[in-house]
Amino acid sequence: MTEAENIAVGLPPVHRVPVIRVVGLGGAGLQAVAHMVQSGLTGLTFAVAHTDARQLAQCAVEPKVLFGGGITRGLGAGGDPDVGRAAAEADVEALRELARDQDLVILVTGLGGGTGSGAAPVLARAARDCGALVVGVAALPFDFEGQRRIQQAQQSLRQLKCAADAVICLPNQKIAGLLDDTTTLLDTFRVANDHLAEGVRGLSRLVTQEGLINVNFADLCRVVRGRQAESSFASASAAGEHRSREVVQKLFSSPFLEGGNLLAEAEAVLASLVGGPDLTLREVKHVMEQINRACENSQVVMGAAIDPSCTGRLAMTLIVTRRSTSDAAAAGEGKEQAEAEAPLVSEFPIEGGRNGLTLKEGNEPARPASRFVPPPPKLSPEQAQQLLANQAGTGAARRRQKQAKLRQGMLPLEVVSKGRFARSEPTLYRGEDLDTPTYIRRGVPLN
Amino acid sequence: MFDKSNKIIVGLEIGTSKVCAVVGELGQEGNLRITGVGQAKSRGVRKGEIVDTGAAVEDIRAAIAEAEQMADVEIRSVYLGVTGGHIRGFNNRGRHAIPSADREITADDVQDVVKNARAINIPAENHVIHVIRHHFIVDGQEGVLQPVGMLGAQIEVDVHVVHGVTNRLQNPIRAVKSLQLDVEDIVFNGIASSLAVLTPEEKELGVLVIDLGAGVTNYVAYVNGIIKHTGVLAVGGDHVTNDLAYGLKTSMGRAEALKIEHGSAVVGPGDKGQTIAISNDVGLPERSINLEHLRRIMSLRIEETLQIVAEDLETVGLIDYLRAGVRLCGGGARVPNVSRLAEQVFGLPVSVGRTKSISGLVSTLDQPEFATGIGLVKFGSFQVEKRVARGGWRTRLKSTLSRMLQGA
Repeated sequence: MTEAENIAVGLPPVHRVPVIRVVGLGGAGLQAVAHMVQSGLTGLTFAVAHTDARQLAQCAVEPKVLFGGGITRGLGAGGDPDVGRAAAEADVEALRELARDQDLVILVTGLGGGTGSGAAPVLARAARDCGALVVGVAALPFDFEGQRRIQQAQQSLRQLKCAADAVICLPNQKIAGLLDDTTTLLDTFRVANDHLAEGVRGLSRLVTQEGLINVNFADLCRVVRGRQAESSFASASAAGEHRSREVVQKLFSSPFLEGGNLLAEAEAVLASLVGGPDLTLREVKHVMEQINRACENSQVVMGAAIDPSCTGRLAMTLIVTRRSTSDAAAAGEGKEQAEAEAPLVSEFPIEGGRNGLTLKEGNEPARPASRFVPPPPKLSPEQAQQLLANQAGTGAARRRQKQAKLRQGMLPLEVVSKGRFARSEPTLYRGEDLDTPTYIRRGVPLN
Repeated sequence: MFDKSNKIIVGLEIGTSKVCAVVGELGQEGNLRITGVGQAKSRGVRKGEIVDTGAAVEDIRAAIAEAEQMADVEIRSVYLGVTGGHIRGFNNRGRHAIPSADREITADDVQDVVKNARAINIPAENHVIHVIRHHFIVDGQEGVLQPVGMLGAQIEVDVHVVHGVTNRLQNPIRAVKSLQLDVEDIVFNGIASSLAVLTPEEKELGVLVIDLGAGVTNYVAYVNGIIKHTGVLAVGGDHVTNDLAYGLKTSMGRAEALKIEHGSAVVGPGDKGQTIAISNDVGLPERSINLEHLRRIMSLRIEETLQIVAEDLETVGLIDYLRAGVRLCGGGARVPNVSRLAEQVFGLPVSVGRTKSISGLVSTLDQPEFATGIGLVKFGSFQVEKRVARGGWRTRLKSTLSRMLQGA
């Protein structure tokens, strides 16, 4: 790669298209990436990584990486993030290979399961270690998948926020709001994948296409990074005479923006507009006026680009960062574990000036220290020590593998009796059975 | 009805923990006095609905007999409180264009618009329990109390409809009828409780009444004096007991006793590390139970229940209109510190509702558990007053027939 060499010797890059790779991680990531390849996303390269050899074999995307074979024997992580994490740490070199020589790594994954939740933070850290910028695009589970998965997803999301430069999440539950009752499960997941693909497409467009009013990765980072809040993503396109009005209407009715309500409480909004050569100033003005009106209190970064293939159409992508209110409390509760986390983070040191890419110049001095504030992964001290020992040498890694195997043998077989309500009609609320004691559903330990 | 002067009104609540019959006497001036209460421990009810008809009928008989004895009357008919997870409330709007040339709204127009609002789309197996009319809207002008005689092109009205599954509503009615008692009307328990604990000023300000029963939690929100929202959550005190029995590994009976004796809705700083010794049948100490665990389990369950109610009110957008705050009633209102917990959840002033607006056996009746029973009597008294106002049986029969013919 000549560019890379150029950079290595410090020559100023004259004109350079950023190298972007989309990495699908875990079962959901695999399917999403396969869907993106089918739907013909261009200008990017793809890769997939999974712990499950069978699913990986069925996937048409190349290159493929099977990791954690020594721990899971290629049978998947079984929904346990700890196993997923151990698997990724065991084969971190193979994962790092995926991110080599990339400028931007878009990590597509579904949180809540084992591989995605466990390995995503590890892969993100490894990719950053290779000098790439990492944006996570994470699907969060449906409510019906149960409180446990939702909690796993939230915990993993927090870890991913620490590890990646930016995280954009697409809660699947909100997709359910888009569909009617008769939609098949297959279609539901297709729509979810469509949204993930749309997210990736919007991101790559932002970075690769030269705009009239330019938005580049630096702007993107300014909006999504260091906020300790998750970002939401919505995009819409419309054609015809009233396209400027329609596109705004579509955006505002998107469930990801909670019917436009999210905009009102957004802290920062990145709006990227793509139109054909026939895009008029009036249209841009009209759209931006409405967006600005909806988010008066937030910082709005706007971009507009011309794409000849978009003639007659108008496409709009919004990335909205929520005001982080509740996270202050969450950060407080995670403080105790900060000590365990600190050495983990510094395991992948971040050098000040990694390379001379123009894309990144804006961000480097602004790497916020606050990135490390969000609650770290929940690790007991011995787990943390294990992790450190593992990263120190291969002998420890072998010990670790054995332990992980042991852990996989233990299945959670606790059957919660519903006692007096065992034979009555269950009271269901948002997919939870309220007859089960609250403290068990919430996982509050009584020691 | 040999005694023409005073009318006897009986409210019967078949609850999950107790069956309660309240006897009220309506004086000629419309003053209501409570003269008797009968209670029996309920054995055939889960989550507010009858699961064992035999046991339920026995308990009803016991409660009615006790009430009869206390009030020294013979009970022939009751106002029956109903609840259950199947009961739903929603708002519907009816429209009617004024056809007359001079655009004056007549009484017929008002009837038509109410009829339109009543024409609602509910499942065929459901039965409408209450239809509560809100204020009229004439050409977009809201808050019209009496539109007859006004000018307008279009009249609209909102109604709040409470409905439930017919078969499940029939079960308690059949149980009561098997005792040769008539059911005058069925009333949603939440609405009955709210009638007992609220003053007109509170209703006008906007208030939420939560009846924390043993089997279910009923809630009713008033805004501008009108019921805007009702709901039932089939979670109640029984769930707290069940959680405790599971979490503390003890029997249901002992869990219930622990809940009443040591329960609290919030975990205090002094609870940590404290233990309660429980003794076995012969009085020897058997084992000890961690007080913090007990209160933590209770607190989580009650907090969750209140949160679900709060979420529901937020979804319908009423939480900001509850200027008078929240009133709690039902057995759950007795849990120490429950008001404090509810204040945290709702961010509104919370107090335990008191049934003060009624005379009679005040000291016995001013308990949160009796709110529903008293409310049922109060509901009955309104019905009686309405009937008196509407005229004798002849007019009543006529109006009933015409309503049936209209299919409303």
